[in-house]
Amino acid sequence: MEREEENRNCMCYNNENDCSYMPQGINAAFGYNTASNLMDDMNCCGCGDNSECMQNRNRVRGEMMKQIKCLNFAVVDIAEYLDTHPTDRKALCLHREYTNELKNVKDKYQRIFGPLDIYYPCNKWRWLEEPWPWERSDFNVDL
Amino acid sequence: MWTYNKVLQYPINIKCPNPKLAKFIISQYGGPDGELAASLRYLSQRFGMPDQKAKAILNDIGTEELAHLEMVGTIVHQLTDGASIEEIEKAGLGAYYTDHGVDVYPQSAAGTPWTAAYIACKGDPIANLQEDLAAEQKARATYEKLIDLCRDDPDVLDPLKFLREREVVHFQRFGEALRGVQDKLAEKKFYMNNMNCNNYNNMNNSNNNCD
Repeated sequence: MEREEENRNCMCYNNENDCSYMPQGINAAFGYNTASNLMDDMNCCGCGDNSECMQNRNRVRGEMMKQIKCLNFAVVDIAEYLDTHPTDRKALCLHREYTNELKNVKDKYQRIFGPLDIYYPCNKWRWLEEPWPWERSDFNVDL
Repeated sequence: MWTYNKVLQYPINIKCPNPKLAKFIISQYGGPDGELAASLRYLSQRFGMPDQKAKAILNDIGTEELAHLEMVGTIVHQLTDGASIEEIEKAGLGAYYTDHGVDVYPQSAAGTPWTAAYIACKGDPIANLQEDLAAEQKARATYEKLIDLCRDDPDVLDPLKFLREREVVHFQRFGEALRGVQDKLAEKKFYMNNMNCNNYNNMNNSNNNCD
């Protein structure tokens, strides 16, 4: 699984011979799995009053947060690589792929669990909801 | 400008408080080779860089170091949060507790408060980038010492290993940026004036209208 992801080409570019980018992100540090579709797992609408439902909700939240961390990190790592290799087309393509995917996951997450930055429009000020990133939390699943 | 993302760069969930480890790890928060020094070093040096790649890499790595600062602060916070006074005292943190309680204060493992004397901005891109390369190696070495000291707690070890890896990648990027700057400085038409090196024009034929 890990090797496969590392060696894979992105959708729009197939010649990796001229690319020296070694992904530090997705695989090396996180073992990211692109296949999971978490929203289908969450049959519950957030009724919040039974513990099984809350457990499921926390699990989905943790999984989505994990995806966001993976993609965020992949984007940072590739961006730094591109700073010194701006003409590397494969890396550029991966950057495009990961930024798009990150945007999708973040949008989904924020719609349910509240804003991740202050630029997300909301009807209720949920920005101050805990946990903050430095706090222990039960949806912060181990990778 | 910066935007805060309510996401830690790498997950940290430390189940057992251990103020003894916090006492060591705080050095990567506010010590000589810590993340605060790294971030401010790169973000301050970026203003004087002569080429596009060097400006971008100092900007982006300086930004990532702020995320690392938050990670190290999180480790220290979770290691001290919920510890008893006895544990704190036994860990040798009695003096720290006197002045800071269990807040996270930027200081070295030996207790020296953070100082700008840890960083250099030399007004010379080659000297600055060489300092950055050394800084990444010193930070890597510090993380390796911390990894030795924290060998018994996987919750602490895991994020420390991640942070160590990043030092290695950043060293690589700074090396590439340095080669770019050296090429730039070797170009025939490049003149460096003695205040900064953003002036690509012949100094006698400057297009700035300031004087």
